[in-house]
Amino acid sequence: MSTTATHAPAHDDHHNAPTGIVRWLTTTNHKDIGTMYLLFALLMFFVGGAMALIIRLELFQPGLQYVQPEFFNQMTTMHALIMIFGAVMPAFVGLANWMIPLQIGAPDMALPRMNNFSFWILPFAFTLLLSTLFMPGGAPASGWTLYPPLVQQTGDALPFVILAIHLMGISSIMGAINVVVTIMNMRAPGMTLLKMPLFTWTWLITAYLLIAVMPVLAGAVTMLLTDQFFGTTFFHAAGGGDPVMYQHIFWFFGHPEVYIMILPAFGIISEIIPTFARKPLFGYDAMVYATASIAFLSFIVWAHHMFTVGMPLAGQLFFMFATMLIAVPTGVKVFNWTATMWRGAMSFETPMLFAIAFLFLFTIGGFSGLMLSIVPADYQYHDSYFVVAHFHYVLVPGAVFAIMAGVYYWLPKWTGHMYDETLGKIHFWLSVIGVNVTFFPQHFLGLAGMPRRIPDYATQFANFNMMSSIGAFIFGLSQLMFVYIIFKAIRGGAKATAEVWDSPKGLEWTVPSPAPHHTFDEAPQVK
Amino acid sequence: MPRSLFRRGPGAALATLATLLAPGAALANDWQLNMPVGITDISADVYRLHMTILWICVIIGVIVFSAMIYSIFRHRKSLGVEPAKFSHSTKVEIVWTVIPVFILIGMAIPATETLVRMEDTSGSDLTIKVTGYQWLWEYEYLDEDVRFFSRLHPDSDRARQLGSGIDPFSVENYLLEVDNRMVVPVDAKVRLLLTAGDVIHAWWVPDFAVKKDAIPGFINEVWFQANETGVFRGQCAELCGRDHGFMPIVVEVKSQEDYQAWLAMQRGELGDRPVASTHR
Amino acid sequence: MSERHEAQTDEPPARGGNRALVGKLLLMAGGMFAFGFALVPLYDVFCEVTGFGGRTNTEAAVVIERPDESRTITVEFVATLGGFAPWDFQPAVTTMEVHPGRLYQTHYVARNRTSGQLTGHAVPSVAPGSAARHFQKTECFCFTPQAFLPDEERDMPVVFIIDPNLPRHVDRVTLSYTFFAGQTVAGLTDKNQTEKASR
Ligand code: HEM
Ligand SMILES: [Cu+2]
Ligand SMILES: [Cu+2]
Repeated sequence: MSTTATHAPAHDDHHNAPTGIVRWLTTTNHKDIGTMYLLFALLMFFVGGAMALIIRLELFQPGLQYVQPEFFNQMTTMHALIMIFGAVMPAFVGLANWMIPLQIGAPDMALPRMNNFSFWILPFAFTLLLSTLFMPGGAPASGWTLYPPLVQQTGDALPFVILAIHLMGISSIMGAINVVVTIMNMRAPGMTLLKMPLFTWTWLITAYLLIAVMPVLAGAVTMLLTDQFFGTTFFHAAGGGDPVMYQHIFWFFGHPEVYIMILPAFGIISEIIPTFARKPLFGYDAMVYATASIAFLSFIVWAHHMFTVGMPLAGQLFFMFATMLIAVPTGVKVFNWTATMWRGAMSFETPMLFAIAFLFLFTIGGFSGLMLSIVPADYQYHDSYFVVAHFHYVLVPGAVFAIMAGVYYWLPKWTGHMYDETLGKIHFWLSVIGVNVTFFPQHFLGLAGMPRRIPDYATQFANFNMMSSIGAFIFGLSQLMFVYIIFKAIRGGAKATAEVWDSPKGLEWTVPSPAPHHTFDEAPQVK
Repeated sequence: MPRSLFRRGPGAALATLATLLAPGAALANDWQLNMPVGITDISADVYRLHMTILWICVIIGVIVFSAMIYSIFRHRKSLGVEPAKFSHSTKVEIVWTVIPVFILIGMAIPATETLVRMEDTSGSDLTIKVTGYQWLWEYEYLDEDVRFFSRLHPDSDRARQLGSGIDPFSVENYLLEVDNRMVVPVDAKVRLLLTAGDVIHAWWVPDFAVKKDAIPGFINEVWFQANETGVFRGQCAELCGRDHGFMPIVVEVKSQEDYQAWLAMQRGELGDRPVASTHR
Repeated sequence: MSERHEAQTDEPPARGGNRALVGKLLLMAGGMFAFGFALVPLYDVFCEVTGFGGRTNTEAAVVIERPDESRTITVEFVATLGGFAPWDFQPAVTTMEVHPGRLYQTHYVARNRTSGQLTGHAVPSVAPGSAARHFQKTECFCFTPQAFLPDEERDMPVVFIIDPNLPRHVDRVTLSYTFFAGQTVAGLTDKNQTEKASR
């Protein structure tokens, strides 16, 4: 994407546009910012991934071979924080930046300067977070959920972690506001809400979720800070507080947060399957309503993460029923995708392969979620490897595969080149095998009684742990291919047409590939 | 690299997998796949619930995945098919919204029944207070004047140190053995009072289907009634700091007489220890 | 980046209304931040009303005796030390048989094991949670901080009553106190220091 690319007709604004690093620091172009978000997410994916591999290396066999338990706990905590806030969420924001204006026929995001700012907060936030690894007492080691009183035993890192979370929160909220304003105010004439592509729709709902819950997380961690340094006792039993209250506040944020990480993925999958099935999405309206009802339900199920804290019976029943209900709209989505494929004329390029893997494997994660919602059974599953398996099935072949599918799907539009299809397919197969070998045995481990967040385990868990570690290295290493494929496509390759695929639907396919620096300066007319 | 890697390496794993897949092969403990049925009525109910939902999920999974797989193989462009044009069907959509609701109701009923029973702590025969500390458990038999601490067995503790050079496979019940076991009588309804002295812990014994948080400043209760004697093992299930992985739980279920004998011995040995003093 | 382009996108004249919408969304974010904090008092009220989390009263209750001799409830008393509090702390009796609707008195014994002055604070909790709001204390050492002289040992009384409306299925109620040194979780701070020292 050079500054001399095609842009606004009649004006040549770029004669004294900054180049090099200054250009990236000051850019307000949605495509530049989208690219930066995506590259940042990719970098964090590898940082968080390296931590995961340290974890799996230690768990390769029983006994402690490589790291001390304290450092192990720091790795699990940092891995989760980085993957959630550094990899998955920024990747979705990057995709939103690139694609929402293109999908709704807008020239840019509505608030370009804020857009630049919300991106550039992230490198600072994550430098801060990563720097805690070198502080006295080390990085936070209390799990990404930061439960008190344990989190209060963090060393010097605590205020820095909290500041980093505040920064990430501010960045996400600004990003979300930008998405809402863009979608509400900048749609091309004729682009009514119920004509919007599903990726845009799911992002609109996600953005509202973000605005609603990121501030709650900010409040929770602020209370941790004042408890630690300013003598408040929100969560100290000794001062009349309650550590369980933190869990309620945290999960009031936390459950919508897991949907923040999956709704845009639903959107991407809903774009890709119709394209490669050469058939319109089945039940568009139902998809929109299902997304909205999942978002609504996500606010009233939070306590399913804390069934073992000792809630009254009525409370447990309420949260069990509400959680089970979420399976209904989720099921509608899976059925609709299946119906979209049904009697289509499918072809299986890499984006479609990832989308199909999503369909199968996310559904498995949904099934284990349903199992977890059954309170008596959850007493056995909770905080065991079964939960680890559940959320990795929804997050890795769920959210992460959807992101990869989206990258392969839109990469030709971004770079103007087709990616290497053979390498893409190899990357896909290695990833699918790696993910399943890593996470499927973890169901067994959890059911057999292995707790999560432990650096060492009893010998009867040795076999499946070894399997899981082998899978993790297959998955982790095969992601190097992903990087190679992306950079190969940036540097060159077969020229992509404007449509790229076989008559896909959507405004993004009406602009040339690579998408010029400025698009839709003249709003398109949507019929 | 410790010997265990070779002894228990992937080769051995594959060999075991082969025997496992052979018809009629007994499930080796090392390859335990499923939740234990356990030794209480409740744990058996929980197991049944678990299997019921699992099978419901498997059946739905088979139906949905078959449809997907069929479609993937038959509805492909390379077979020269023309894509259909349909994009919705209100009838079908209502069907697959309503049917799951009924399945869910069917699941919720037995789950609710079991939960109600799990929550009913009345009619208990004895109460044991369990307190979690970083990183050990304290058991206090109310009314019996018996209390003691229970921590990771020294053999495991030595072997689990980084670079100990001790092969975990050479330690009996590695990480699942303690110095002082909790002892309970068989067929008695045992009520546990759970709390903690520092951070949150959770007391989990899969064979009893009991997992409950031990929260500093708060008291939680839970119960179980063992139908069999034996030794049952579990672990702390809430991240509680550095040695969270190293505070196992071992419960020995004894006959009434053996239990009484054990109590008497405990009183003799530990009877006049100061009560409620700190543990270090 | 060109001024023209930004001017156009920041305030799209035709599609307008950005500022109002941004304002509304910021208000929503601010509101949710406040809501996070509002959850604290809301949760407290909720717990006190429902007995959620074993919450029991920490201020003297005013009650009328209405004994129900037909029912006998076992009350258990347990004691825990928070953190590394340097005390001995135990109930005088571990169980009592009581009738709902009648006032009973018992006490806990605490001793300061140090040679300095100490203040402790007892935090009450009741199990089962469904009994918590039916368990009323009219007098309790947990209502105020307790100051102890060096080596002082003292009896600390509790006067309580169980409401006759206690749910039928409850036959046993546990009153638990966790004794924390000072106002904060001193034990945790100590712990921090020992941990840091040992690193
Ligand atoms: C059918 C839909 C789903 C249901 C019914 C469901 C249910 C649950 C339940 C009950 C738990 C708590 C388990 C426990 O700790 O005992 C849980 C944990 C979790 N779920 Fe789901 N879930 C669903 C979908 C998802 C999705 C879509 C995501 C994210 C993309 C997700 C991410 C997570 C995560 C991250 C955790 C663990 C959090 C932690 O403890 O750190 N779940 N789920
Ligand atoms: Cu959840
Ligand atoms: Cu623990």
